[in-house]
Amino acid sequence: MRLEPRAAVPWTLSLAAPAGAVVVSLALCGFLVAWAGAPVLRAYAQMFQGAAGSLFALTETLARATPLIFTGLAAAIAFRARFWNIGAEGQLYLGAVAATVLGTGAIGGLSPWLMIPLLMIGGALAGALLLMGPTLLKLRLGVDEVVTTLLLNFIVILFVGLLLEGPLKDPMGLGWPQAEPIVAEGELPKLFGGMRLHLGFVIAVGLAVVLWFVDRRTTFGYAARAVGLNPQAAAYAGIGVRGVMFRVALISGGLAGLAGVSEVAGLKGNLTLDLSPGFGYSGIVVAMLAQLHPLGVVAAALFVAGIFVGADAMSRSAGVPTYIADVIVASSLLCMLVALLLTRYRLRR
Amino acid sequence: MNQPVGAQAEVVLRLRGITKRFGSLTANDAIDLDLHKGEVVALLGENGAGKSTLMSILFGHYVADEGTVEAFGQPLPPGDPAAALARGIGMVHQHFTLADNLTVLDNVMLGTESLWSWRSRRSAGRARLDRLAGAFGLAVRGDARVGDLSVGERQRVEILKALYRDARILILDEPTAVLTPQESASLRATLGRLVAEGLSIIFISHKLDEVLEIGDRVVVLRAGKVAGEVPVADADRPMLAGMMVGRAVEQPQRRQLSPGAVAVGLQGVTVLGEGGRRRLDAVDLDIRAGEIVGLAGVSGNGQSVLSDVLAGLITPDGGHYRLADEDVSRAGTRGLVARGVGRIPEDRQASGVIGDMTIPETLIAEDFRARPFSRFGVIDWRAARDFAARIVSDFDVRTERPDLNARLLSGGNMQKLLLGRALARRPRFVLANQPTRGLDVGAAAYVHQRLLAAREAGAAILLISEDLDEVLRLSDRVAVMFRGRLREADPALGPVTVERLGLMMAGQGFEHAA
Repeated sequence: MRLEPRAAVPWTLSLAAPAGAVVVSLALCGFLVAWAGAPVLRAYAQMFQGAAGSLFALTETLARATPLIFTGLAAAIAFRARFWNIGAEGQLYLGAVAATVLGTGAIGGLSPWLMIPLLMIGGALAGALLLMGPTLLKLRLGVDEVVTTLLLNFIVILFVGLLLEGPLKDPMGLGWPQAEPIVAEGELPKLFGGMRLHLGFVIAVGLAVVLWFVDRRTTFGYAARAVGLNPQAAAYAGIGVRGVMFRVALISGGLAGLAGVSEVAGLKGNLTLDLSPGFGYSGIVVAMLAQLHPLGVVAAALFVAGIFVGADAMSRSAGVPTYIADVIVASSLLCMLVALLLTRYRLRR
Repeated sequence: MNQPVGAQAEVVLRLRGITKRFGSLTANDAIDLDLHKGEVVALLGENGAGKSTLMSILFGHYVADEGTVEAFGQPLPPGDPAAALARGIGMVHQHFTLADNLTVLDNVMLGTESLWSWRSRRSAGRARLDRLAGAFGLAVRGDARVGDLSVGERQRVEILKALYRDARILILDEPTAVLTPQESASLRATLGRLVAEGLSIIFISHKLDEVLEIGDRVVVLRAGKVAGEVPVADADRPMLAGMMVGRAVEQPQRRQLSPGAVAVGLQGVTVLGEGGRRRLDAVDLDIRAGEIVGLAGVSGNGQSVLSDVLAGLITPDGGHYRLADEDVSRAGTRGLVARGVGRIPEDRQASGVIGDMTIPETLIAEDFRARPFSRFGVIDWRAARDFAARIVSDFDVRTERPDLNARLLSGGNMQKLLLGRALARRPRFVLANQPTRGLDVGAAAYVHQRLLAAREAGAAILLISEDLDEVLRLSDRVAVMFRGRLREADPALGPVTVERLGLMMAGQGFEHAA
């Protein structure tokens, strides 16, 4: 058996690959569901019900997908230019800190039309600034950004813990390590009454569309892709590799920062240490599932969010542990990698 | 070596009806080949003619769809390199398969000992290596680190590696591609000794001249089939070229022109490397409009650095780089492109095309920021596609689709693409670094024709090449680089020949100027 490269990847195959990967991964995980003692098809049906079976379920899934879209885009745009930003988690938290500092009463009396953009810009700047250190170290001294961005996550999260026990601690918080709530003008409006889905989702999808346009149609997107695909040829052709990477890093960090703003000001209302159950890392999975395509990120984020929300429902009714969600997402990623190989190569014996 | 081998000599290797298909492409089509004891068979063919596929089948890297291989009268199991090695078939690849940070002895012994044995029999190995090196005149120090050796020495290590495993049949894949003329001569002497010891050799090449010098018999492959087989004694250049290409190849002719004003001027260009070493040492060179200056040299003597300076990738530490009267030492890549410098990179895969981009995408890489390809930062893909269609038709790029990914093009078509990108702007200075490396005769002739046309259109051209025949055929003047310095071959001192260039490449004429 050998692999031969295909002359061109038909677009149908590019779409079939993720679908096939999901189906195979669900089939594989079916064994685990059966092992947990639940009827496989019923359990999956309950999972689907829980993720998309009602308006409430659907809005829950979309709300869960919102931060994943932001962090997925952050990872996708950076990875496209071969800048390995593993630090979205830290950038997310620092974005949330910026939103908390600006949005808990330090600035008052603004209309939501000004307050919300202010929080957004503040959070994006905080995330971007956090990524500047690793970026400059990489571009000036050749320090591996995987190590620096990853380790910064722990520093930032400990720093947030410090803030929540100290300067940002809510005096009315009954001693819990949490910050004061975001003022009403800064809250992202809900899309449906009584549901948790908020404006952040619309912003995230809008940004995905904008980034898709940037990627396909602008000179900057072209330069970033060229740098990612062949930095040596890009440099030879006159594309400033460092400058492109610097700007890509700014955007990536900013997007991850926005994830934090969106969670604090849209969903949770205040900053706590459990603001993100690893959205920064899941964003990497989302980006890989999406083949680094901005619109694919939206689809992949919906899938991952649906699995997690649906697994909660399945766990309640069928008694399958919620950890099955992690297994499904992880095996989907593995299947996706195999599927990607098969889209680019043909199997021959 | 050119004496005919008697028909009675034992057949050591017999290939019968070898057929290998890759999808719709038939790489080898019912190929028969015999190799006799003590014979040198030159396997000649263009890129993609099926030479490497055939040898990969022989060596067990590929399994043939049909056909058999017999070595010393016994069928060779397909797809088993270990069996090929055990039968005494040794292969010297074009891209060496040596571990740079190990010694020569380690490299030669690598893989010959069981991983389960307690200790390495180094002293026995050393004695054997020394004996082989002495017997075949392959002088090389066993303790030297391979990374410190010259290319010619590394090739000797590769040959010794095969001999160490008792190779009786040696396959050499494009062995002279990387050697100086003098090193090639020494390789020929080595091959003579090997044949005298009764080894048989298959020699893969696409260079007509060396095939005529080295082989006993030439087998020409074209499009996967044996196009012909002749004793070297009966062959000549035009005949082999015709068999190889399937039609007569016209070599473009250089018309006599009177060169114009100095278009490119280098004065004392110096580039410092680590520890103050001079990678370029006060290089002076003038190139006039309508003139091709050829630049030869053993690779690693500063041609690449000079090329990077001229392409705008490196800013020189000293000296001046002028286009007409303007100092462009600090203009950078984009500045040079804007001022009319057309550049053909040394390694078309690494720094030329962006392999995973489509043809239009890779073609606009130099000027996507300007109209018509973009306005206000938004790319006009229609303009890019139109431009690509023009290049593809003007420069005869063979592609099944206009939006194919560039990496799927053959080397020759990739080069035509880059040639088109560089020449479409009608540059006044063309930097062509190894423009025909690895190309077949037809594609190379096309590149030559285009460069000569640019010359007639008044461009100043610097042709950096390791192919001395090419340098001599195209150039108005020839210069040589040695250890970062550049000297022109002064025509007043007699005709510029391959031999004279070879001596200069080895450092002659550079001593007094240090």
